[in-house]
Amino acid sequence: MTAALRFDPIRLPETCEQLRKEVRAFLAEEIAAGTFDPHKPNREDTDAPEFSRRVGAKGWLGMTWPKKYGGQERSFLERYVVTEEMRVANAPTRRFFVADRQSGPVLLKYAPEHIKMEILPRICRGEICFAIGMSEPNSGSDLFAAKTRAAKTDGGYLINGTKIWTSSAHIADYMIAIFRTSQPTKENRRHGLTQFLVKMRQPGIKVNPIGQITGQYEFNEVVFTDFFVPDDHVLGEVDGAWKQATSELAYERSGPERFLETYYVLTELVRAVGPNPDTRSAEGIGRLVAQLHTMRRMSVSVAGMLHAGKEPVVEASIVKDIGTVWEQQLPHRVRDLAAFVEETATNRETLERQLDFAIKTAPKLTIQGGTTEVLRGIIARGLGLR
Amino acid sequence: MAESDNIVVETAEKIFADLADPQTINNDKRDSWRAPLWQALSEAGLPLSWVPDDLGGSGASLADGFALLNAAGRFAVAVPLAETMLAGWLLAQAKVASPEGEMTVLPASPKDRITLDANGALSGRCRGVPFAKAAKHFAVLAHGEDGAMIALVDASKGRIESGLNVGYDHSDTVTLDKVQPVTIKPAPKAFDQTTLMLMGGVARSLQIAGALESMLDISVRYSNERVAFEKKISKFQAVQHNLARLAGESAAALAAATSAADAIANAKSFDDEVYLEAASAKIRCAEAAEKGGGIAHQVHGAIGFTMEHILHRYSLRALAWRDDFGSESHWAVELGRLVANRGADELWPLVASR
Repeated sequence: MTAALRFDPIRLPETCEQLRKEVRAFLAEEIAAGTFDPHKPNREDTDAPEFSRRVGAKGWLGMTWPKKYGGQERSFLERYVVTEEMRVANAPTRRFFVADRQSGPVLLKYAPEHIKMEILPRICRGEICFAIGMSEPNSGSDLFAAKTRAAKTDGGYLINGTKIWTSSAHIADYMIAIFRTSQPTKENRRHGLTQFLVKMRQPGIKVNPIGQITGQYEFNEVVFTDFFVPDDHVLGEVDGAWKQATSELAYERSGPERFLETYYVLTELVRAVGPNPDTRSAEGIGRLVAQLHTMRRMSVSVAGMLHAGKEPVVEASIVKDIGTVWEQQLPHRVRDLAAFVEETATNRETLERQLDFAIKTAPKLTIQGGTTEVLRGIIARGLGLR
Repeated sequence: MAESDNIVVETAEKIFADLADPQTINNDKRDSWRAPLWQALSEAGLPLSWVPDDLGGSGASLADGFALLNAAGRFAVAVPLAETMLAGWLLAQAKVASPEGEMTVLPASPKDRITLDANGALSGRCRGVPFAKAAKHFAVLAHGEDGAMIALVDASKGRIESGLNVGYDHSDTVTLDKVQPVTIKPAPKAFDQTTLMLMGGVARSLQIAGALESMLDISVRYSNERVAFEKKISKFQAVQHNLARLAGESAAALAAATSAADAIANAKSFDDEVYLEAASAKIRCAEAAEKGGGIAHQVHGAIGFTMEHILHRYSLRALAWRDDFGSESHWAVELGRLVANRGADELWPLVASR
């Protein structure tokens, strides 16, 4: 018996490399046209609706979904390539990313046919934005503590309560949220939560923005007061959302976005030190590149497992744990190394501005998408310790 | 141990389980396990895995040989299996046939250099040569006026100063003073000392990854047995989180090492992509040996710090293997220079090259 986890060296097929070139060319055009500045991660215009539509027109949203819903029936590995190129270029993906990665797949699996036909093609066209309603005040990672109630009424449910830390709720058209439909049982404390599709910007929903320490407004408090959700907006099993939610998490946790969020400071450091670095800078860069390369190989490997129809929950948790700890430390390591960068480096100002933002961003990276502590609990369970 | 999916690894694991059981070896103070283990490995043709049939070897694929090294790491095998495999591989690059018996490879550090003079004699000093004292022959990469040469040298012609690495395995200084080789031939085009170091580094990476797999195994097992404060220590969240980190380090080491092995096995030459893979593997596996080994010892408490316990067979050897064929510091500087030299905008294309 071995507890070791294998990450087989998956190679991205040739089709991926062709696609990668197309994505790079597209992003270069967008940058040239002034849609976004790849050297300025702390922009204010991150919801870029027109950019979303152009990405949709390229066929890069809902890539893996069936064609009848507007998808392309392309592989999970091809989607992986698009995601990492967007992330590395610092493209404004906030408006479509959640829908593409998580909400769409949930709808595909659990929504009734007429809702799939109505909504999925619009996601693929880049027209609509999704938010995820999980956390509540005083619950956070502890989903069992969720209290926001969905009470059965004629033809649907009445929602009362508050979701919080809901990224993009202020621009979202829809939210997929978990509400309490009944109390947990003694035998199963995971019982009683149900997943719903919520149409935003309607009476009964109030979205209050919450400022972040980066100076940005990205997440929100969402208050529901006697908000009505029709029966056909229940996603999957009533009272059975826990299992549904957890099986989706491998998609959320192992992707390239989980170790590339602060990547831009590394590129800018390499630019600043120039072609002939001193030994200290060279060693620092070499280690960071080796760590990055290893994580990416693990992440690609998990993508290969997902592609093969597996549910690599523990492996995905390992990638997220190592990846987010790394991207959190990266700005600080780059700062260490940048201390000796020449005053005359042409991009010194850019590097400093980026570091300022990345250092402010860093604290959230091990919190979003499952805290480090929760992930290590999942890994420990995988090792047979709990 | 991990299930094997090929015949070479299956054969090796059977031999390791029978003749290289870490607990048995650890209890045996007279080294009486060494000869039968080597004999069984030799009879199975494993030390010359990477040598083609017509040069005296068993002609296994590069991929199978790498998998064998990973299995050897899982048993912390302390005979010159990896070294003989590397020596045979080096000799085969110049179509030099491999002799029987233990071999090792010179140089084992990127800083050392062997030169070939006009009389066809080899000179130079190489430190940290693994198992030189046990070797009957050396496979030598030398530099002559016409470029890189690959030579087979009778080990008795060299002067050997004994040394031990951190893991108590022989790591010796070898001096060649105008030594005439048994055979010497030109290395293939573009084959240089860096090529040898990259190959040796990946071999060591796979061994380190294997040792970490075993450290994770025995640490998880121990945490499920050991009771403290009236609970199994595996039930303490702090211990669980430490073991989760060890699993992460073990997984990262294995991923980096197998990815590099896969890159070498499928590449036509030791290009930039192989360089990135191999250097990264050595750097990341060395870091994992330090972090992961530290956790394994923490979980085991005082018992793991004793010679009687088998943990040190893995932890110290993994630490020792960091030093061979270029330490992580060496490769980090080299990789950093390569990246800086190619320029900032080429970094991502390099990382995302496969």
